[in-house]
Amino acid sequence: MPLVDGFMYPNEVELQWSVLIVLYPYLTGLVAGAFILASLERVFRVEAVKPTYRLALLTALAFLLVAPLPLQLHLGHPERSPEMYLTPHRSSAMAMFGFVYLWYLMAVLVVEIWLDYRRDIVLMSQSSHGWKRLIYRVLTLGSDNISERALQIDERVGWLVTVIGIPSAFLLHGYVGFIFGSVKANPWWSTPLMPVVFLFSAMVSGIAAVMCLYMFLNWLRRVPIDMRCVDTVARYLFYTFIIDFSLEMLDLIHRIYEADESFRSLDFMVHTRLFTSQVLIQILAGTVLPIALLALTQVLKLPEAARKSIYSVAGLLTLIGIFAMRWNVVIGGQLFSKSFLGYTTYKMGFVTREGLLMAIFLSILPLLILGVLVKLLPPWSEKGAMLEPQPPA
Amino acid sequence: MRLAAVFLVGTLLFLLARGFLVPRSFGQYGHYRGNAIAEIAARPVAFAGHQTCETCHSDVLELKQKGRHARVNCEACHGALAKHAEDPVSVKPAKLQAAVLCARCHEANIAKPKQFPQVVPAEHSGGAACDMCHRPHSPALDSGKRK
Amino acid sequence: MNITRRRLLVLLPAAAIAWKHILAGTPEASPNYKLTEHWWGMLVDVTKCIGCGNCVRACQTENDVPDGYYRTWVERYHLEGWAFQNPKVDSPDGGKNGFPPGNQSGGKNFFVPKLCNHCVESPCTQVCPVGATFVTPDGVVLIDQKYCLGCRYCVQACPYGCRFIHPQKETAEKCTLCYHRITKGLTTACCESCPTGARQLADLKDPKDPIHEFLRTHSIQVLKPYMATNSKVFYNGLDGSVR
Repeated sequence: MPLVDGFMYPNEVELQWSVLIVLYPYLTGLVAGAFILASLERVFRVEAVKPTYRLALLTALAFLLVAPLPLQLHLGHPERSPEMYLTPHRSSAMAMFGFVYLWYLMAVLVVEIWLDYRRDIVLMSQSSHGWKRLIYRVLTLGSDNISERALQIDERVGWLVTVIGIPSAFLLHGYVGFIFGSVKANPWWSTPLMPVVFLFSAMVSGIAAVMCLYMFLNWLRRVPIDMRCVDTVARYLFYTFIIDFSLEMLDLIHRIYEADESFRSLDFMVHTRLFTSQVLIQILAGTVLPIALLALTQVLKLPEAARKSIYSVAGLLTLIGIFAMRWNVVIGGQLFSKSFLGYTTYKMGFVTREGLLMAIFLSILPLLILGVLVKLLPPWSEKGAMLEPQPPA
Repeated sequence: MRLAAVFLVGTLLFLLARGFLVPRSFGQYGHYRGNAIAEIAARPVAFAGHQTCETCHSDVLELKQKGRHARVNCEACHGALAKHAEDPVSVKPAKLQAAVLCARCHEANIAKPKQFPQVVPAEHSGGAACDMCHRPHSPALDSGKRK
Repeated sequence: MNITRRRLLVLLPAAAIAWKHILAGTPEASPNYKLTEHWWGMLVDVTKCIGCGNCVRACQTENDVPDGYYRTWVERYHLEGWAFQNPKVDSPDGGKNGFPPGNQSGGKNFFVPKLCNHCVESPCTQVCPVGATFVTPDGVVLIDQKYCLGCRYCVQACPYGCRFIHPQKETAEKCTLCYHRITKGLTTACCESCPTGARQLADLKDPKDPIHEFLRTHSIQVLKPYMATNSKVFYNGLDGSVR
């Protein structure tokens, strides 16, 4: 296939944003989604999902720590990235990234994790040895107070942080949608629905990720899975997915109906260059199939083993499907010419700085970090069951 | 509380660092480094501009002004010659190849404006070089031969 | 050339002095150039463009534009009948070496030179996260190469496709309206080398600039007016099919 089909403006032939920029919203989406799942218990008092609470928070942290890396690797001058903190251009959605990220990391996620784990951290700082003891001592920030009163304060503040955290999570991922949705030059991106679609697909991917991780980790540790918990998580996944799918279909139907200047060019692109990733992977395998599978579990009374298999398969398909959605937005938006007269091709490198290998590595890295985090701040007790968030006695 | 203290210290440190790290001229005219304007304007030029050519080559100018190429600037054909203007003795302009140069503008093309003089070179001169009959500085045919 | 040695002895120093004055001009250092006294734009007359590619080559020479990237380029349009919505467009190497005659016959054919439109409400400066690209007080959209992060957001935001990332510098680049020339009283490289006067630099704040009369007496268009970028590159004779 030749590089360019038809006519592209001469500077448009090369794609500007690579697979790393596909990965970034995927990672922050997982963060936002995992956090929303955790807040289901904290703020909305959904008892059933308690076992996933701590795991969801740690998952969010692991992915959030890796999230800036694809951006740094993509920049022409990463050494100048502090400029976004020093002289942020207030009219630019991207300038807000630095502050929203920092706010979410420090004021929300880290604080919430610290508050929830504080009692355990203090206990472990007293009972462990060697360099581990040092780490825990630092994490206590010097305070040994785990009296009832202190823990009650922790609980209250933690609740407040979660309440602030929900809109913060929306902001963390919603602004990414806005970065695309506000570009009037690109009709594939420019729609007010973009932040909303991004947000709901983020919630879907985050919930699916925590569900899969919970089941996988328990299977790994040979600990029985709390089915009431997983059934509830799967139910929330199902509901959120319905909303997400409806929003995406609304966008599609609206485009087809209005058929504006860009429609023919975009329609052709979806039927040709984007067919596999959009129609086959994102819509059919990544959305319709998981929804159908989850619907089965809602409608029929299936045995536990069947439910576990369906949840696993549906979860994995969802994760793949949401990645495909990011791909179709980012890469798809650059494959067609703004003259609506042509198309180009994305040449993804393999071992280059922004290539496939790097994307794979950055996808695995959060899981490695999560592995370290669960060792450092175990979301489960020695006996095996997931620890629930500490209630005041 | 400890947390509040950590945040306060962090914010203060950031504000302090900002005072040192933001470039001095930032914000002078708008949300950008004011010095950038002068830096960009200080770039050396490559094309001298026809006024400069005409200070020395007034005889060519006289000839050109009478013909159809009156409004064609010198460097449109002769290329960028600021270096030559700076040091006319050591830096000499390259010799031009009429056949390539003339064809660039005057080879017939369906997209060129109808009234623009254009020919199919092979049919027009049967392979002879353009400057056999036309003087580039004043291209009208006069008694058929250039001097 | 008929120049005598005596004339040369007089002319050369005069030329050198004149040239040094031109070279010395910077907006701050030159007492003649005041930022607030100018508002730069360009007039492109499509009816005069012959697609020779002089402008593309001159720009490359003047601004060290890397091969394969274009600060300005020329497109050729071919329209059959009333197929307004289906033009055939090509731009071989940006029109740098002209256009092959081709075997098209009939239809409507013309060239369209394109460059940065130096929009007053430019979407590219709106999205820059750090303030590395900006509109100067004299109306030129510039890029601060020392400040740009290379995030490429501005390239995405430009509706006209006039920006690119320099392969070696890894920062954004585009037409600067030859800022280093116009602040010294010269015209842009593309206007200087255009043989037909299809491209003309315009100072909209100069009451004596011919553009005012031209805008008043001709039917003028801009590219993609519905983008509301308030573009300052004005086209005469721009067909409705131009993308």
